[in-house]
Amino acid sequence: MTTIKPSATPQQRSSSEDGATAAMHTGTSDPRTLILGNLRQSGIYVALVVIVALFAVLTDGVSLSPGNITNIVLQYSYILVLAIGMVIVIIGGHIDLSVGSVVALTGAVSAVLVIRQGQPWWIGVLAALAVGIAVGAWHGFWVAYAGIPAFIVTLAGMLLFRGLTLRVLDNISLSPFPAEYQRVAAGFLNGLIGGQGYDAFTLLIGAVAVAGYAVSVFRTRLARVRYQQPVESFPLFVARVVLVGAVIMYFAWQLAHARGLPIVLIILAVLVLVYGLVTRRTVFGRRVYAIGGNLSAATLSGVKVRTVNFWMFVNMGFLAAVAGVIYSSRSNGAQPAAGNMFELDAIAAAFIGGAAVTGGVGTVVGAMVGGLIMAVMSNGMQLMGVDQSTQSVVKGLVLLVAVAFDVYNKRRAGSAR
Amino acid sequence: MSDNILEMRHITKTFPGVKALQDVSLAVRRGEIHAICGENGAGKSTLMKVLSGVYPTGSYDGEIVFDGKPVHFRGINDSEAHGIVIIHQELALVPYLSVAENIFLGNERRGAGGLIDWNRTNADAADLLASVGLRENPVTPIIQLGVGKQQLVEIAKALSKQVRLLILDEPTAALNDIDSAHLLDLLRRLRSEGVTCIMISHKLNEITAIADSTTVIRDGRTVETLDMSSAEATQERIIRGMVGRDLSSFYPDRVSEPGEEVLRIEDWSVRHPTQDRLVVDGANLNVRAGEVVGIAGLMGAGRTELAMSVFGRSYGRNITGRLFIRGKEVRARNVAEAIRNGIAYATEDRKRFGLNLIDDVRRNVSAAALGKLARLGWVNGNEEIKVAEDGRRDMNIKAPSVMSVVGKLSGGNQQKVVLSKWLFTDPDVLILDEPTRGIDVGAKFEIYTIINRLVADGRAVILISSELPELLGMCDRIYTLAAGRITGEVPVGEATQENLMELMTKDRELAR
Repeated sequence: MTTIKPSATPQQRSSSEDGATAAMHTGTSDPRTLILGNLRQSGIYVALVVIVALFAVLTDGVSLSPGNITNIVLQYSYILVLAIGMVIVIIGGHIDLSVGSVVALTGAVSAVLVIRQGQPWWIGVLAALAVGIAVGAWHGFWVAYAGIPAFIVTLAGMLLFRGLTLRVLDNISLSPFPAEYQRVAAGFLNGLIGGQGYDAFTLLIGAVAVAGYAVSVFRTRLARVRYQQPVESFPLFVARVVLVGAVIMYFAWQLAHARGLPIVLIILAVLVLVYGLVTRRTVFGRRVYAIGGNLSAATLSGVKVRTVNFWMFVNMGFLAAVAGVIYSSRSNGAQPAAGNMFELDAIAAAFIGGAAVTGGVGTVVGAMVGGLIMAVMSNGMQLMGVDQSTQSVVKGLVLLVAVAFDVYNKRRAGSAR
Repeated sequence: MSDNILEMRHITKTFPGVKALQDVSLAVRRGEIHAICGENGAGKSTLMKVLSGVYPTGSYDGEIVFDGKPVHFRGINDSEAHGIVIIHQELALVPYLSVAENIFLGNERRGAGGLIDWNRTNADAADLLASVGLRENPVTPIIQLGVGKQQLVEIAKALSKQVRLLILDEPTAALNDIDSAHLLDLLRRLRSEGVTCIMISHKLNEITAIADSTTVIRDGRTVETLDMSSAEATQERIIRGMVGRDLSSFYPDRVSEPGEEVLRIEDWSVRHPTQDRLVVDGANLNVRAGEVVGIAGLMGAGRTELAMSVFGRSYGRNITGRLFIRGKEVRARNVAEAIRNGIAYATEDRKRFGLNLIDDVRRNVSAAALGKLARLGWVNGNEEIKVAEDGRRDMNIKAPSVMSVVGKLSGGNQQKVVLSKWLFTDPDVLILDEPTRGIDVGAKFEIYTIINRLVADGRAVILISSELPELLGMCDRIYTLAAGRITGEVPVGEATQENLMELMTKDRELAR
């Protein structure tokens, strides 16, 4: 019994632990430990870089041209919006198969109001958001309070809301939207402060973003040091900030040389920022992780599981409506078949981005990277003229490999215990 | 040793860090009912798993001789081929399949072309049901039968495999008196038909009523084998064998100064969530500030069920009775309300119910009182880290940092995370359900020290444990629970392992 003294001081204790552990307390840590420790998260960044580079080579740089980068943003933003909601649902241990149909329905409602009835564009947007929230509440009710598995509820929703879309549209496409509505997804902020051959405003926003990022991570680092938490070594930290800053500025530079800053990119950036905070910093977000990680433990910790599940789906409905507005705006109309298979792209983005099939694991940023991997691949293959069938095969294999990698990682972590 | 159907010689089975069985020998005569007794965790189930091949040959030391020949089972199929069939405490029946399908599961009656011959299946099942005295239609789904009848179906299933040695693990734990009597009758009849039977049981009155011999196991060793026809084979003798270990000076000292009453339940009754029986039956107990109150009871006595039903009705249905906190009646209808009323419950199964194993120490510690760290729904992450660091320091949690994933910590450190989590809710009463299960000796001592610190701070602790020495070493008072009823309340000064065990094995009728 002599080895155990509950009154032992922290210093005594840390000296008895191994060197790597002690190093983490001193405020620095060698990059290898950090990189290996975060292999699962950094793995997808590496994958994204590799894929971007691969297609840059395969398309002779066309994929990185200003015009194409703008295109990728316009073309895949709604998938990324869906992926934000989807990754939250998946972290909570559920799934939502209905989002494609909800995108179609919300776009259709908006189109009927704006195109057929001549209402102003913002009435259409608000109506679409309201419909999306109502759909989410419907799913949330059945999942949370009736206890039906989300797979079934949203499979039913997928059929149900596709059918309602056809009803709302009377089986025909509606088009075109007035110019204000089109601006939501197809509009650009350009020439606000001039520039010669490029848009200075875009560069300014890019610079503000970089500065904001640097300040935010630096403050986090300071707080961590104050609370004596492990942080990466200072040169490594600087290198990371410089690298991220360079990527953002390159991206802004390319956009500035095309059509300027897409409005939809601003919407997306705000959503990523907000939901990144919601998942990491709010009680609600933390409850989602707790429920997905161990439902029984969460219940026995006083988590109101039903309420959290309900709002998870309301939120998914809201984001599906946002995607619905963006999609209808970009396609300049509403079609009965809009949004077909979007749910699968969003689910794939979440899983490629590191979300666990069993719930409890995943990040918004990860889902964004996962969605970008899918986007860059699809776009690159289109540029190369690869036919649709091959594209589908490749995307399917990438999803499979990504999840297999995740499962393999987890098994290894489990056996190392 | 005349005609032994089974001899297990010098069996030693080691798990990482624990010797579960040490040089255990067991000899079972042909055609007898042989009872095995021991406390929870004494090694009874491990021994039966060795015998039935769940732990394959080579994973243990020692020798098994069945029917005169040494045997080496590589899996449960091997042992069943020899006619050794084990019926586990948790019945292994598929609820939505019929009685006949369950009986022949994995052993299907097949006809032409390998297709299942349903006529033969149902006819054979009917014969087997008749032989166990169960009048049910073979096509009835299992879920429509009560537990007692399901137990009989399990035995019918065993008979279908030409059983020669039937092993029953706590067969009557979940049965009411009538069903139990029924089952014992059936075992007597099977004995007269030549089936040898090993029965693990806690119910000493049943053992004395039915067993021909009894082997007592304690701490992974054989204590003795009693011939039940001899005069010295009394319940007292068995109890002494089960508990007779040294009470080492293992428990930190504490000055006991109980204050005012913190929690009291009156006439507390809980129904099983799916079956029609009372799991807790009219329980009364109280605990005062600065006091550790123990609850002793054998497996299935309703200890965890009692605790969880008090903790925001997280177990059972139709809960009746009154709950008082500091003299005021409260209604803790869900876990959140229970926490608000100052109750905390640390589960006996921390991996399944206590922790989010894939998340880190920090977030597990804050999970039950996240609201305290939040303003307008936003969590103060830095405060959270501070709280977790405090817990890590106070509890001496050995983890590289509070960002370490809980699943990778040792059992003792996981348990300390659970305790930190509940302490952060600032409870008046902590219900600790088997807090030292599955953790090593050193960590146990730390947990005991923490418990003593809690009561010194004026909190009340209810300690549920299967280890009587632990209760005797830690508690001020001990309640005994048997079949859902409180059968005794003993101040620790008057308590001995023997009189507690007697109260814990008290028959339902005697309890009234």
